[in-house]
Amino acid sequence: MRAALAFREVSVAVPNGRQSLHNVSLDVEQGTVTAILGRSGSGKTTLLRTANRMVEPSSGSVFVAGAPDTDVVSLRRKMGYVIQETGLFPHLTVERNIGIILEAEGRPKLQRANRVRELLQLVGLDPEIFAKRFPHQLSGGQRQRAGLARALAAEPPILLMDEPFGALDPLTRAEMQDMLRELLRRVDVTVLLVTHDLDEALYLAEHIALLSEGKLIAYVARDDFLRSKEPEIVSYVHAFHRGESETRRGADSA
Amino acid sequence: MSAPFLSQYGGEIATLTLEHLWLTAAAMLSAVIIAIPAGVWLTRSPRWARPVIGIANVLQTIPSLAMFGFLLPLPWLGERAARIAIIALTAYALLPILRNTYAGIRGIDPTLIEVAQAIGLTNRQRLFKVELPLAASFIFAGLRTATVTCIGIATIAAAVGAGGLGELIFRGVASVDNRLVLAGAVPAALLALIADAALGLLERRFKVPALESGRV
Repeated sequence: MRAALAFREVSVAVPNGRQSLHNVSLDVEQGTVTAILGRSGSGKTTLLRTANRMVEPSSGSVFVAGAPDTDVVSLRRKMGYVIQETGLFPHLTVERNIGIILEAEGRPKLQRANRVRELLQLVGLDPEIFAKRFPHQLSGGQRQRAGLARALAAEPPILLMDEPFGALDPLTRAEMQDMLRELLRRVDVTVLLVTHDLDEALYLAEHIALLSEGKLIAYVARDDFLRSKEPEIVSYVHAFHRGESETRRGADSA
Repeated sequence: MSAPFLSQYGGEIATLTLEHLWLTAAAMLSAVIIAIPAGVWLTRSPRWARPVIGIANVLQTIPSLAMFGFLLPLPWLGERAARIAIIALTAYALLPILRNTYAGIRGIDPTLIEVAQAIGLTNRQRLFKVELPLAASFIFAGLRTATVTCIGIATIAAAVGAGGLGELIFRGVASVDNRLVLAGAVPAALLALIADAALGLLERRFKVPALESGRV
């Protein structure tokens, strides 16, 4: 296994003396999707943000294959970044939003325009309709597609996604998950996906890491997650599927 | 205003209007060159924001006539009245531009700043591609306030012999000739209105549309 990203005993201290991450070690295999699960405040986002050094570990280190660890700007350009609110720049058209890193790298205009068209098609947005629109003229799902296109623009080997579909309604969310799954078949990229949605993790990821109070509780292959006897995993799975078992019980008693 | 009055003073009104414009434009240019970079710097070192904006605030409170008077005895400045006028007007224009540049950038949704960093923009690119464009409407609003204020205060610059439309006003007051007062005051007011409208247009042009969630 080749690790695209390797976290080594990463700890992050927060000002009040507590630690938001505690000795987390994790190898993310190249070309796979790893979901980071955990309840709110468990350190999921902090772990993700140590990868692109938006958060500096207080101890331990993060190795990124093929990236120099000195220059933070070039490190970040090797990592696409998608967040819940997309973070599209409201003053730029979809086209310029998607091409902003290419623009920052000084790529010629025509090359940028072609790449943006290609990316819009990849995420299922018609370039003729959407290239010149502004973010406020898009629906939540369309914005998320544009955000994903921006993250992939410079062909980064790693994609960091922080609850990318968390703010969408269930139907749009399912559509986006399908689109992402299909897209990941075509693009060679290693994905680290923070989510608190177990179904999303099971649907998209090959590996699942479960964090609790800043500690890595489990890091297992998707299929082993549901079979695990690890108490934290069992209670997480149980909490998530409560609704389902309730419905089943209702159907059985009817 | 009668035709003979205009034929007698028309040329002078035009010259003084141009002079007035030049004083204001030169002052605004210097204020922009100082206040926008200073405002950006304050967003990087916010602990300086209070004292620096405080100083600009104090400058603003000095009565204009007194300000011109203070500058008059200074060696290089005193030689040319226009220099005094431009320095004094610059001092008045600093606060609105500085304050709005600072507040405009600080008011940007922190998520956007964070995204700009996380996707790998350099500090310079972040400033020019994200922060300044997003704060532009705010900065133009500051520029608008500063320009209108300066056009008004520039009329007082005539007291130290710097020229401009104030010259007609002062002459009119001294000779109790309301026509002369109006010949200075009306063009000055028109200049202020035009500047206000033009910069207001730019302010609206750069306004960033908010997303439905209300966040920019």
